[in-house]
Amino acid sequence: MTDDKWPHAGHRPRYDEDPVVRPFMLTGGRTRPVHDGLRIETQLVAAPAALSAPLRFESRRIVELCQRSKSLADLSAALMAPLGVVRVIVGDLLTEGYLRIEEQPDQLSTSLIERIRDRVRAL
Amino acid sequence: MSALSDTAAPPIAVKIVISGGFGVGKTTFVGAISEIEPLVTEAELTERSIGVDDTSAVSGKTTTTVALDFGRITLDDTLLLYLFGTPGQDRFAFLWDDLVDGALGAVVLVDTRRVEDSFPAIDYFEENEIPFIVAVNRFDGGQRFGLAEVRDALGVDATVPIVECDARQRESVKDVLAALTEEVLTRRLGASGPGAVARREQGPTSPASRRHP
Ligand SMILES: Nc1nc2c(ncn2[C@@H]2O[C@H](COP(=O)(O)OP(=O)(O)O)[C@@H](O)[C@H]2O)c(=O)[nH]1
Ligand SMILES: [Mg+2]
Repeated sequence: MTDDKWPHAGHRPRYDEDPVVRPFMLTGGRTRPVHDGLRIETQLVAAPAALSAPLRFESRRIVELCQRSKSLADLSAALMAPLGVVRVIVGDLLTEGYLRIEEQPDQLSTSLIERIRDRVRAL
Repeated sequence: MSALSDTAAPPIAVKIVISGGFGVGKTTFVGAISEIEPLVTEAELTERSIGVDDTSAVSGKTTTTVALDFGRITLDDTLLLYLFGTPGQDRFAFLWDDLVDGALGAVVLVDTRRVEDSFPAIDYFEENEIPFIVAVNRFDGGQRFGLAEVRDALGVDATVPIVECDARQRESVKDVLAALTEEVLTRRLGASGPGAVARREQGPTSPASRRHP
């Protein structure tokens, strides 16, 4: 896309150069998600103590970004890292208690769906 | 756009999946309405064959990396809508379980010059009972089929809404999303009504009539 609305669209990161090597470097070869209920849109928040934790690189950045809730998709975009990589790091941070998952309703209620519809119409 | 307040109730995140064949307008669609620059992130998905005869030599699962269009819309202080555009152009639909799990619904984009490109997506959403609507993009040079003809060609149930769309126009994209949310609501409210029963008895019109090339 090169239209006026996104003048920087051409600068979007590309990962097709070394799609295999990079994830392995960051995650020690693990590619499996370790947390159930962690969807691509699930909202993640950092524990207050996490900012002073001895975290490095991507972990530190994720904890900073998650001072306000973010999803895996948001983090993947912000870190310019593939989703699978971010998912593994986030999984570790969840296990270590530096991040937590915001509770989401199990099933969307009818009134919530109505609210979504009304908001979308009003966009 | 107001930032989410620290003291507000935690935001509820909902997602809509935008699918269809290569070049059908997924990236354009997401970009037309997203409040952030449409981002392409990379996802590993597992493929499985669906809607394909067993004569196929390929079976089992393979993992593939795909580009994923990602857009976000803040609907209000505590409601976030994510849009994920994902390909599915060949007869092996990607196993979108990861992506589609918990989705509000899906939009299948169709280019009338290549309707069959959208078959894998339609098969997937039908089989997984994900509410979806079909949005027909009007490309220059494309023959102008009526929506009834498109429905025939796609082999989708008469209850599935089919709308026209110009993925380059924000208003048009908004209308498609509104139509989808309406469909989600209709299906929710009608889940125990006579319409739903009729639909189930009628059974899927597809894989039999939807011939994969
Ligand atoms: N005429 C017309 N062109 C479109 C529409 N949507 C997308 N396009 C164009 O079709 C091309 C492919 O669109 P793109 O969004 O990249 O398709 P994708 O592969 O599904 O992501 C681009 O040049 C778009 O400008 C539409 O609704 N109408
Ligand atoms: Mg695209």
